[in-house]
Amino acid sequence: MRALLQILRYQLHDAARSRWILAYGLLFLLLTEGLFRFGGGGERVVVSLLNAVLLLVPLVGLLFGALHFYNSREFMELMLAQPLERSVLFGGLFGGLAIPLMLAFGLGVGLPFAWHGGGGGPLVALLAVGLALTLVFTGVAFLVALAFEDRAKGMGAALLLWLGAGVIWDGLVLLVILLFSDYPLEKPMLALTFLNPIDLGRVLLLLQLDIEALMGYTGAVFRRFFGSEMGVLTSAAALVVWTGAPLWLGFRRFKRKDF
Amino acid sequence: MTATGATATVELSGLRKRFGRLEVLRGVDCAVWPARVTALVGPNGAGKSTLIKALLGLIRLDSGRAVVLGHVINGGSGYRARIGYMPQAAHFPENLRGMEVLGMLRALRGAAGGEDLELLETFALGPELDKPVRTLSGGTRQKLNAALAFLFRPDLLVLDEPTAGLDPVASGVLKDKIRRAESAGATILVASHVMSELEELARDMVFLLEGTARFQGPIAQLKAATGESRLERAVARVMTEGAK
Repeated sequence: MRALLQILRYQLHDAARSRWILAYGLLFLLLTEGLFRFGGGGERVVVSLLNAVLLLVPLVGLLFGALHFYNSREFMELMLAQPLERSVLFGGLFGGLAIPLMLAFGLGVGLPFAWHGGGGGPLVALLAVGLALTLVFTGVAFLVALAFEDRAKGMGAALLLWLGAGVIWDGLVLLVILLFSDYPLEKPMLALTFLNPIDLGRVLLLLQLDIEALMGYTGAVFRRFFGSEMGVLTSAAALVVWTGAPLWLGFRRFKRKDF
Repeated sequence: MTATGATATVELSGLRKRFGRLEVLRGVDCAVWPARVTALVGPNGAGKSTLIKALLGLIRLDSGRAVVLGHVINGGSGYRARIGYMPQAAHFPENLRGMEVLGMLRALRGAAGGEDLELLETFALGPELDKPVRTLSGGTRQKLNAALAFLFRPDLLVLDEPTAGLDPVASGVLKDKIRRAESAGATILVASHVMSELEELARDMVFLLEGTARFQGPIAQLKAATGESRLERAVARVMTEGAK
């Protein structure tokens, strides 16, 4: 435990001085502040931020995560030559990136709400989804970096994953609906939603905000199946599973890795 | 084998490791004896770095047994508190200052036996420690790398190409330090391509070729067996004979 805190401490020092993480936090700060200036009330700002959060947070988690892992290779070697368990190093590396990313996001979005006021439940949901997606995609990024020795391939794979989950996914869902419109699609659609954490986040937020128009097919199915409140709970629970799964898989791989 | 009555500091038997299709270690048997410098020699790709990584538990062996400082390598990490490792090129978290890297290692290892600050002082690294590591020159990093390996007075020093990238003065300082550590009772394994340097430093040699230990023992014995007076020639002889 002491060793983990030490690694974390130094990783955080390192991250605190990284301009990229600062820039990431500033981006959300400016975006949120700007939306307040142009668009008025708290809830409307949350709605406007929704897509930015659902796309940017996974992108940054994936890219920074994979980059951080590849950049830390020599550091890992140095650390593993010390009396240090691999589990501790893995925890330190992950926390050392995920915590600053979450802080940057949380402060970037949270601070403008703090001085402008407003937000309420939807803001809490937005922050929770953003933090969960940070954990999910940083974990996925570590998994990707562990799977590909080659940095260029790994970064490419991370980018493809983001394109797949964040952009192409909606098109795929539409395609499935179009192709199989003669069949009852509720349950397969429901299952599809659970496979994509970004989609889960979107459904959770829209159910919380109760905006029919933005909900899309999967969101509507979700609400009809679970109802609004159960829907929020179910999607939140699924997101929690999603935060753990890549980390667990990554950790297992990390323990067996050759350095 | 040679050292009568002593137990080897490092004892490897039947070490095998395969990376994909490439079998890097094909059954390495060798030993490193205490309180002396052993040279680890072999052409590029012979498996030197892989062997070193096996000692440190950085890779998982396919088969074979490695005993280091009386500890069977099986995933535990405690024995590494007694090892000082100087990798070929050390990279540190780029935004940290040297002082912070030092602090981190101190926090991880403690310093039960007191610290050895000699190299930090001789290399005059004091002022460099306040700068972010990424701004240091390659040579300065390598000096820091060397100083860190000796810092905790380890019983076993593993040095991978220690003088590569060091200027002649610094490399002389490091070689003197290796000799002093040896006379203080440390066991030192040095992988290098610079035969003249190994000839100065090492008493024993392990010669790796194509993933097996082709020769191991005192360097004097190798010279006698090959009839060569210079290590470089003797090694070249073993290498060409091995290729037959």
